[in-house]
Amino acid sequence: MLATLLALAAQGIQMILVLAVAPAVSGVTRKVKAQLMRRQGAPVIQGYRDLLKLVRKEVVLATNASWFFRSAPYVIFAATWVAAALVPTFASGLMFNWAADVVALVALLGAARALLALAAMDVGTSFGGIGSSREMMIATLAEPAMLLVVLTLALSAGTTRLPGVADFFIGQPLTVRVSLALAMLALVIVALAENARIPVDNPATHLELTMVHEAMVLEYSGRHLAMIEAASQLKLVLYMSLIICLFVPFGMATASAGPVEWFVGGFAYAAKLATCAVVLGVWEVSVAKMRVFRVTDLLAGALVFAFLAILFAFLSKEVLP
Amino acid sequence: MNPGVYAVVLIPLISAPLLALVPGYRVTAAGNVIVCFATFLAGLSLLILPRVVGDFVIVDDLNIFFIILNTFVGFTTSTFSASYIGHEIETGKLTPLFVRFYHAMFQGMMGAMNLALIANNIGLLWVGLELATLITVVMVGIYRTPSALEAAWKYFILGSVGISLAFFGTILIYLAGQGALGEGLPAMTWSRLLAAAPQLDVALLDLAFVFLLVGFGTKVGLAPLHAWLPDAHAEGPTPISAVLSGLLLNVALFALLRYKMLLAAQPLAVKPGQIMIVMGLISLIFAAFMLYQRRDIKRLFAYSSIEHMGLITFAFGLGGPIANFAGLLHMVMHSLTKSAIFFAVGHVAQAKGSQRLADIRGLSVTHPSLAIALGAGVIAICGLPPFGVFTSEFLMLTTTFARAPWLAVLPAFGLLVAFGALILRLQDILFGAPSEPSHKVEASSIPMVLHLALVLLAGLYLPPLLVAWFQRAAELLG
Amino acid sequence: MNHGYDVSHLLAGLMVVASFALLYQDRITAVLNTFAAQAVLLALAVAWQAWTQDRPNLFITAALALGLKGIIVPVALRRMVFQLGIHRDVEQVVNAGVALMIGLGLTTLSLLLVLKVTKAAPSFTREGLALALAIILLGFLMMITRRNAVTQIVGFMSIENGLILAATGARGMPFVVEVSVAFSVLIALFVFAVFVFRIRERFDTVDLEALDQVRGDRR
Repeated sequence: MLATLLALAAQGIQMILVLAVAPAVSGVTRKVKAQLMRRQGAPVIQGYRDLLKLVRKEVVLATNASWFFRSAPYVIFAATWVAAALVPTFASGLMFNWAADVVALVALLGAARALLALAAMDVGTSFGGIGSSREMMIATLAEPAMLLVVLTLALSAGTTRLPGVADFFIGQPLTVRVSLALAMLALVIVALAENARIPVDNPATHLELTMVHEAMVLEYSGRHLAMIEAASQLKLVLYMSLIICLFVPFGMATASAGPVEWFVGGFAYAAKLATCAVVLGVWEVSVAKMRVFRVTDLLAGALVFAFLAILFAFLSKEVLP
Repeated sequence: MNPGVYAVVLIPLISAPLLALVPGYRVTAAGNVIVCFATFLAGLSLLILPRVVGDFVIVDDLNIFFIILNTFVGFTTSTFSASYIGHEIETGKLTPLFVRFYHAMFQGMMGAMNLALIANNIGLLWVGLELATLITVVMVGIYRTPSALEAAWKYFILGSVGISLAFFGTILIYLAGQGALGEGLPAMTWSRLLAAAPQLDVALLDLAFVFLLVGFGTKVGLAPLHAWLPDAHAEGPTPISAVLSGLLLNVALFALLRYKMLLAAQPLAVKPGQIMIVMGLISLIFAAFMLYQRRDIKRLFAYSSIEHMGLITFAFGLGGPIANFAGLLHMVMHSLTKSAIFFAVGHVAQAKGSQRLADIRGLSVTHPSLAIALGAGVIAICGLPPFGVFTSEFLMLTTTFARAPWLAVLPAFGLLVAFGALILRLQDILFGAPSEPSHKVEASSIPMVLHLALVLLAGLYLPPLLVAWFQRAAELLG
Repeated sequence: MNHGYDVSHLLAGLMVVASFALLYQDRITAVLNTFAAQAVLLALAVAWQAWTQDRPNLFITAALALGLKGIIVPVALRRMVFQLGIHRDVEQVVNAGVALMIGLGLTTLSLLLVLKVTKAAPSFTREGLALALAIILLGFLMMITRRNAVTQIVGFMSIENGLILAATGARGMPFVVEVSVAFSVLIALFVFAVFVFRIRERFDTVDLEALDQVRGDRR
């Protein structure tokens, strides 16, 4: 009884936590980029202010926008929030652990992406079409790579459920594993591609012909835009949490822990998240954006890394007694 | 202690740099002949000196006559080359500096081939073959014309592919041996591996043989790995074509035979015979058909080499005392005949100034003795009596008929196709109105005549000593 | 905590990644750098084996690999490339994406093959041999998909890297083989250098399309 209550509480806390933290993470990244470019940059809480402003603004719709266009942002936000709530952040003993399968996660994110792409084409502008086709091109290569990464980890941990994988790796001694290194590299590349970060896409661009993600949301305004912005921030937090959970899960409270471990886990998670945000900011300042048609090469590289990771994991499993 | 064994390798290898330093190409050419003669004597000495089975070298029934054959053909080729090179310098194809280089490489190649033949260590066997291959690559490209460079580059790429695969096969054999003989040198000694063969790991042996067959098979010229062979023969100097066909292909096949013996001694391993039969037949029939479309005389006889190597591989694949005997005999006969043919081709190329078949006509009118020699050579290589090649081919066909009648149709068919092509071309070359130009031939005819005489003699009468040797070696091959 | 296995697995795995990198590189200087990196990894792998297997003569092999293939060969080829003036050329790699996919297939094949055949061998022999065969096959693939003489040379050298790794993995292979492998590198480099210059002399280019003119005598 107490265990279920704890699990429920943990799940609820996590859902609020990821939602609350998402704009801050984007804010930290933006601030770091600005500081490195010797600007002041917007304050870290600017993300919250922007969301609030957008919610209060009037929605302007095109005359030929359908119900699909109006309802898509909500569904996208919901799907992303559910996915973000499933990835263990500070504790792995969550209520909905049984559903926290990585394949389900990929499906949720895929659904969100499909809806966004369709909605972008709903109004019939050409920029929406550009954005959608580019997004799909990237997704075609990114999704298999991500699934292969998941499979690599599942091969070692014996399960595709995220909490199971996290628990398994917390229990492992610290060691050098080339398959995990390659898997992490592949997942990082996929994360950059999915979140529309440099080198795949510049989130701060205002030149439509260079946009991928931004082009899809050009037509949105008001609370719809707020939903979509929140969803993309959640997605960034989701991928960061995923990388943290899979590759550096130390400090996370295990399934049967109590509130004290939760605090420890919470601090650990916050520290890792902040590190990720800062590293992302530094990375974006150091690297140039790639030409759109070179992105497929990059993602093919990620696919190759992921496949090699599986091969090496398989080799280790076969060869070691 | 058998000094002959070491002499056979050391004499050529030491003379190689010495010959490069000697000025004056005539002196170098004479030096080349002398060194080859000395190596031949060292090879002959192996007959009288006691047999050796050491950690690195071995002299047993299988390789003793191959060494003698190798050194003998090397000696006759060097004699031919000495008289041929003068002409090359006159026509400006080679500069005197390159001629010295050529002789040094010649000795290096002979030394490497002998090393491969006497090796008891599988690593040494590989080193010898690789060294010989690399040196022949340089020699094929020695004229530095665009087509020579292309031929040498192709040979190099395919040769390195073969080398690498063969090396991997060697490592796998070592791993198999390690299981039975422990780490280190014993697991690399061929004679010990043979003795321990029934305990060797079967899967490793099978995989290793596949790699070795593809790797060494590239050097033997088995189709479909033969692509380097015609160009290398056509574009290199004629003495090198003779050495390639007559010696290097044999040494590569010898290496394969060593490993086949190993596999035959392990009863659970895959029977290498079947793969060898298939590859041999493919090479034989493919090369026989290719003979029809050739326009260059050296390419014609290069394909003939592929055909005969295919036939020999087929015979060894078949196995059994008669087929092995026939295979060994054919290796010797082919070596002598093909080198004689290439000597004749060298003369013809000098006489007519060209290698294209369209330019070579009416040889019997302008150079009657050369025409007789070439005619005899082609008749010999077609497998007609009374030459020695007929004996080995006859034995092969009869034993195939006895054991698998339907299978015998294929080699017989291939031989007939090749026969037709060669006789057709021979008619074109020998008869009809003579083509211009027509020069005097300066190279010595002795090596050519000597080889053909030996082949004729072998066809009429095989000395009992040789027969006994062939039989003993055939038994070893299983 | 199987440190010995982990480190050798890491180094061999990175060598395989380097082989993949060699497949898609456009620029000759990048190819040379990647090859040098692979040679350095090889030297480290051999040195590690020398330490864990307690066979000091392997240190010599490691030093040879580092010196010859990590430093001398790349530097020599780099100078040749600059002398020939081809360092700015961008090579049309035959369909990099397909080559990468085929490379993945070859790697899988070699892993499955070697694992099936070497059931009785110790673990790092099996792993070393499997990854070495993958490197060899990837080197072949690189030779097939390249059009430039210098990059074909590098492909061959990477095959040799794989061979040395395989020979090291097979415990106790005597010194004679190590010396011969090093020797072969020397000979190969000599032959290559000679050829590349001759090819450039005759054809004014090292593009191997020019070498395809005389295709036997099927004109």
